Amino acid sequence: MTLQDPSSSGRFGEFGGRFVPETLMPACLELEEAFRDAWADQSFRDELDALLADYAGRPSPLTECHRLSEELGVRVLLKREDLNHTGSHKINNVLGQALLAKRMGKSRLVAETGAGQHGVASATAAALMGMECKVFMGEVDMERQALNVFRMRLLGAEVVPVISGSRTLKDAVNEAMRDWVATVETTHYCLGSVMGPHPYPWMVREFHTVIGKEAREQCDKLLNGGIPDVVTACVGGGSNAIGIFSGFVDTDAELVGVEPAGGAAVGRGTPGVVHGMKSYLMQDEFGQVQEAHSISAGLDYPGVGPEHSYLSSIGRARYEQVTDAEVIDAFQLLSRTEGIIPALEPAHALAWVSRDRAKLAGRIVLLNLSGRGDKDVGQMMEILG
Amino acid sequence: MSVSPHDEGLDIPVAPTEIGTLERSLRSSREKGRKLLVPYITGGFGDDWLEIVRAVADAGADAIEIGIPFSDPVMDGPIIQEASELALSGGATPVTILDQLRTVDAGVPLAVMTYYNLVFRMGHERFAAALAQAGVSAAILPDLPLEEVGPWAVAADAHDVETVLLAAPTAPDERLPKVVARTRGFVYAVGLLGVTGERGSLASSSLVIAGRLKAITDKPVLVGVGISNAQQAVEISAVADGVVIGSALMRRVVEGEGPAGAAAFISEVRSALDAS
Repeated sequence: MTLQDPSSSGRFGEFGGRFVPETLMPACLELEEAFRDAWADQSFRDELDALLADYAGRPSPLTECHRLSEELGVRVLLKREDLNHTGSHKINNVLGQALLAKRMGKSRLVAETGAGQHGVASATAAALMGMECKVFMGEVDMERQALNVFRMRLLGAEVVPVISGSRTLKDAVNEAMRDWVATVETTHYCLGSVMGPHPYPWMVREFHTVIGKEAREQCDKLLNGGIPDVVTACVGGGSNAIGIFSGFVDTDAELVGVEPAGGAAVGRGTPGVVHGMKSYLMQDEFGQVQEAHSISAGLDYPGVGPEHSYLSSIGRARYEQVTDAEVIDAFQLLSRTEGIIPALEPAHALAWVSRDRAKLAGRIVLLNLSGRGDKDVGQMMEILG
Repeated sequence: MSVSPHDEGLDIPVAPTEIGTLERSLRSSREKGRKLLVPYITGGFGDDWLEIVRAVADAGADAIEIGIPFSDPVMDGPIIQEASELALSGGATPVTILDQLRTVDAGVPLAVMTYYNLVFRMGHERFAAALAQAGVSAAILPDLPLEEVGPWAVAADAHDVETVLLAAPTAPDERLPKVVARTRGFVYAVGLLGVTGERGSLASSSLVIAGRLKAITDKPVLVGVGISNAQQAVEISAVADGVVIGSALMRRVVEGEGPAGAAAFISEVRSALDAS
């Protein structure tokens, strides 16, 4: 199998859909049409590919971790999305959406951000293309990711603190949607993950399939035509995971998403509807959305992209959970053994590999290193004293 | 390209031809030359919210919209967000609110306004039955657009619960007739691009959307979102059949004006509409 396109109502199995205010419905329909048109247009693809290569620095390398592999007894390969311009995989999606927004005649981007990586990427794309950019960020996250706030402002974006609810990613999405409801005629909502109403989960996935495509070719070369036994990535909304899964969904590789224990929508949630989509959701018995709690601002989210719910429901991917403490150890482990400081988000995937190393002994694990840890150094300095 | 076969969202049942309680009541008032006034109250906000319901009914409401608070109200601005948060932290749930509503005879039809996840979580059938049992005539679900309304509408129609659909200024001409055909109770015209909340003046978009809807339907057309005072209510009711007033009322409630303050405000709007 390959990853399927969603149905005409934007569904992956029972998940997905377009649960948005009526005001936004025409915009969702228009966006879907514009994306279908652009994605079928070779000149759009060429323009995006050129930006990905000449501006973002793709392809990102595949790194074999010799010392880490020896320590864990597991052969670990890293897809180095941390080496992209702006320091994470987020740039793939944002360049695609910004190009599309321009093509649609929109002059302004609005975005939500958790850890700030999507906000920085959005601000970067807006600067590159001469667009206005407004980023909503939870007040709690602005504190723990102060460097990224400064970066966004340096890039010319307006960063708006969100003080409602849990003051983290969930509430930043609410505020971004409220802004979009008011500005939809001039503004494109540059959503940062494979979530939200159709066509976002599909469109954002398509912009990230470049990760899986490159990784498949790179593994093929490194492993002499072989494939890794396991492909793993962290999952908040799930964009980096779906990106790398897309390259291996038609193989025998086991696909493993890793969620924070305090924000495990697939692992601990039930089907629900928020932020425009039906998906697994951490919620109470009445359907009130629960607040997530994670050391990582990028994964501090009670929902998950609908295609992950689908892949879990059909058994094609499975989802593990790790604790903050395990993540802190993994963050240090990769730094010490490979000279690579990971972002706290992909450190979740490594934390799972490290914890389950006995089960994974002798196997080949491809891990999507979705971002670099520079943004987390301040927070870790406090935690590690 | 492969497409997954399962597609529960596509089927939209045709609205029953029979006119429901809310629509019948609104039509009857309209036939008497009266402009329609529907206040919104956040259910479970404060100990006296049921008294506020009775007070605004007595002050001249034609129907009352009861909000069941949701943790993530994306169509709502600061006032209703605050009221929702306070009601939730006070322990309000769909069950407590509907239980309390059952004890009220407001003398006018009631419509519940909430977000779809609360309905989905309880189950379409159970939620529709619970509304009917609580004496609620209609439901307004602002994050359930026409394309997604099908599964809920089946259950709601079966329980004679009228599903009110929203019509927004962004809708192209070919979309409005579909919304109008499926809505029951009334057409909820969204007055402006934005979330609920008070505005200094009436948005010109509200006159435009009301006019577009009046041109294609005989169903009552009420404008909500951004209607902030008696003067704006009068202004828009020159085109529309009436108004929904939420944030302007809830601000007074949040500020502690109580049933008397709420009634005074609704009376003021009522008098202005009657004099117009």
